[in-house]
Amino acid sequence: MSSIDLTWVIGGPQGGGVETAANIFAGACAGYGLKVFGKREYYSNIKGEHSYFGVRVSDKIIRSNVSGITMLVGFDAETIFRHAEEVFGDGAIVYESDLAAVKVDEVPTLDAQFKERLKKHLISKNKPLTIQGLLDESKERGITLYPVSFKEILANLSEETKNPKIRGMFRMQNVLAVSISVGLLGLPPETLLKSVGSIFSRKAEIAEMNKTAANYAYNFSTVKYSKFKYQLHPIPKEEHVMLAQGFQSTSLGKIACGCRFQSYYPITPASDESVFLESNEIFEVENNRPGSTLVVQTEDEISAIGMIIGAALTGTRSATSTSGPGFSLMAEALGWAGINEVPIVVTLYQRSGPSTGLPTRHGQDDLQFAIHAGHGDFPRIVYASGDTEEGFYDTAKCFNFADIYQIPVIHMMDKFIASTVSTVKRFDPTKITIERGKLLEKIEEPGYKRFVPSPDGISPRSRLGLENGIFWNTGDESDESGHISEDPENRIYKMDKRAHKLELALDKIPKEDQAINYGISDFCILSWGSTKGPILDAIEMLNAAGYKVGFIQIKMLHPFPTQYIQSLLSGVKKIIDIEANQSGQMGSLLNEYLDRKVDYYILKYTGRPMTCSELFDSIKKIIDNKAEKKQVLTYGV
Amino acid sequence: MVSNVADYKTDVHNDWCPGCGDFGIVSAIQMALAEMEIPRHKAALFSGVGCSGKTSHYLNVYGVHTLHGRVLPFAQGAKLANPEMTIVAVGGDGDGLGIGAGHFVAAGRRNVDMTYLIFNNGVYGLTKGQASPTLKLGLKTKSLPEPNVNQSVNPIALAIASGFTFVARGYAYDVRQLKDLIIAAVKHRGLSFLDVLQPCPTYNDINTRDWFSGMDNIDEITNKPRPRIYKLEDVGYDPVVHIDSPEEENEKLTQALIKSNEWDSKIPTGIFYKNDLSASYDERMSERIPNYLENPPAYQEISSGGRSITDISKMLDTLEV
Repeated sequence: MSSIDLTWVIGGPQGGGVETAANIFAGACAGYGLKVFGKREYYSNIKGEHSYFGVRVSDKIIRSNVSGITMLVGFDAETIFRHAEEVFGDGAIVYESDLAAVKVDEVPTLDAQFKERLKKHLISKNKPLTIQGLLDESKERGITLYPVSFKEILANLSEETKNPKIRGMFRMQNVLAVSISVGLLGLPPETLLKSVGSIFSRKAEIAEMNKTAANYAYNFSTVKYSKFKYQLHPIPKEEHVMLAQGFQSTSLGKIACGCRFQSYYPITPASDESVFLESNEIFEVENNRPGSTLVVQTEDEISAIGMIIGAALTGTRSATSTSGPGFSLMAEALGWAGINEVPIVVTLYQRSGPSTGLPTRHGQDDLQFAIHAGHGDFPRIVYASGDTEEGFYDTAKCFNFADIYQIPVIHMMDKFIASTVSTVKRFDPTKITIERGKLLEKIEEPGYKRFVPSPDGISPRSRLGLENGIFWNTGDESDESGHISEDPENRIYKMDKRAHKLELALDKIPKEDQAINYGISDFCILSWGSTKGPILDAIEMLNAAGYKVGFIQIKMLHPFPTQYIQSLLSGVKKIIDIEANQSGQMGSLLNEYLDRKVDYYILKYTGRPMTCSELFDSIKKIIDNKAEKKQVLTYGV
Repeated sequence: MVSNVADYKTDVHNDWCPGCGDFGIVSAIQMALAEMEIPRHKAALFSGVGCSGKTSHYLNVYGVHTLHGRVLPFAQGAKLANPEMTIVAVGGDGDGLGIGAGHFVAAGRRNVDMTYLIFNNGVYGLTKGQASPTLKLGLKTKSLPEPNVNQSVNPIALAIASGFTFVARGYAYDVRQLKDLIIAAVKHRGLSFLDVLQPCPTYNDINTRDWFSGMDNIDEITNKPRPRIYKLEDVGYDPVVHIDSPEEENEKLTQALIKSNEWDSKIPTGIFYKNDLSASYDERMSERIPNYLENPPAYQEISSGGRSITDISKMLDTLEV
């Protein structure tokens, strides 16, 4: 059997059910053992603007999207206008046949710059400035067109089922489109129907209606159209595979590792995590009373971080989840947690800045900010996850770091991971450990002092409510008891005591948790966070093409594991820095800490995640010695 | 065991100005805690930043001196995670009604079971006497280069509008009344607010102790000062919402708002509004999480021998394909 690797994209107006459709498609494929990697792109808008969901399907492990579309599905004109050019020459477009006459200028949500580019393209191909013009051009490129009248299907279905309501249920177009696609792609219908059922599981009547529609559309497509060139087929299903979204990983990690207090202020793309936590606020605990997470929606992010500090002082594992703008507001309190040695975790789902930036788009824009946020010198750990699976296990690690070193930890996630839907191995809670460091459960004698010297610089930590454990905290510099002190010698003691934690962390945190070495070669990629997936996929493609390239994924960005990285790079000839930001923020760290400089940069800051295809091209160029020092990637609308 | 007021004092040197109203407030808090016999380790005093921020260091209970304007978020987080604690939050009027005003309003909406005292003196003392949010329009206290150009905020009215379920005013030089008000506030289930008139002897040369005592307003017949401060209880004012009905609530809210506007010649102290019928945050939370109070975040067991004991298998099952 030939190997499978295709990308199916569905687009439509925001609020029109694109996400539902994509989840059904992903579920249908994953149900037959196929690996899926889907990502959602959307505007900062509730209804009407263009959103789309691309699902890559394969029979082998995939960790990123490719540039290009195998099958495009659209029931609105904008989807066709936006994406037709991305469809591969042997690909397909499934579209609403009514749209043929729609002109470029008739779509108000197409922005002016895009319209200009599209018109220029159509004029150059001598085509009318309409959907038909673009489709004709696509056909000439070899693309198979599947015109579908969704309206007609609904009308026929309404008649057959004797349900007049169906005729006007345009929202069901999504389910019809997915089902037609699954039919064209030759996958049996069972998992499709199961997937439809589970997506609408909360409403039995709706589920049934949608299943009927799915079945109808599936059969319609297999009867009406000839099979598409690329076909999907079931493969042996591995056990315990989940279809998960990135934000679910940190949520589940928090529940599993004992985070019992989370406060947040609504912000894209972070709030999905808090909503998930609240939706699952009560859970079972072994041999014990049911446990719960208290999730508090606050008035702003200042309050969110203030509350978790207060909660952490009671010994509760506490966290907040935010994105760049919210994290900006947290900077002052982060320093308070630093000076008072309070363990908190800030899950930072980055997006494109500065300011509001591209609020619903991806970016790794906040690394330098996470490292430096807040005034004055104080230690913190900045730790970055590379994908959904890492998100789960790293969450538990971040809480351990916070407790052991009594330090704020910033867990770097991003929009790419947050809104990726992919097949991942079921998370294994037995693989996480819970280490609470020097948190005290009992204090026998009076005389406790919160900040007493100790050999490793970490003092035993009392908690609010503990007998004999009274302490004071203050944002001022303080003495061993926590009372304000401006004494110069005490100042040196306290500053050094806190700073020492970074050395300790570098010394104690296992090397494999600080950075992952995927192999070293003359050319070596250094990167962090969600670029991991596209890089690993690109490396596979490069290896297949006879190129060798190494890759080190740095997970602990602060304190920076200088010696370890330095040692890994000893035989490396050229360093390639790959990041989703404009300035190469991790590259600056490399230039600062290493005794050598970055040789090549591959950067992307369009707000769209990197594809393995564009990384393949740009890395190949470097190895072929045809690349500029800095390459900027641009793929994606 | 009868608690001793001295048990609640620390030996930290107190560096407030001589004659500062803050001394009376810290004494009243210590007396209240002693009278209620709250074990020292079961109480926490959270403070903002400013002169009042130092209060936490003078009390021998858990003391958390937070950030400017942020005392309420810190304090609420602690109370929500460990509802067994008695939490008293304190701060200045600039802290709570200027930089922290958003938190003040939001806290009122939540009605977390704790007590918040504002040391209200009309000036930013620690930064040398700038006008604070409660200074009246047009006043020129001694270190202001020009008279205050802003309207003042009415803390009592703001608290009532924000949903605080216990709203009262004390006076820093009437320590006995203040102590009683603090006790009533702490015992109230829900968020209680105490606006404490606290003359700043160094920077507010208008609303002074003498001014509150009416030394500028001598009765010609008796030749005695006419004090501005009076007690609501002395005029038969009933602040309590007795019946859970909108009419009753409206009546009590309205009379409190009207009373809160009294100033200049007559300044009421005592309880303006008290509503025990509105559910506190922990009660609302207990409806969602039935064992919230019995097994709150701070006391939940999360591990055994370094292993997670939380069972997330059902959540994982729903994600499996």
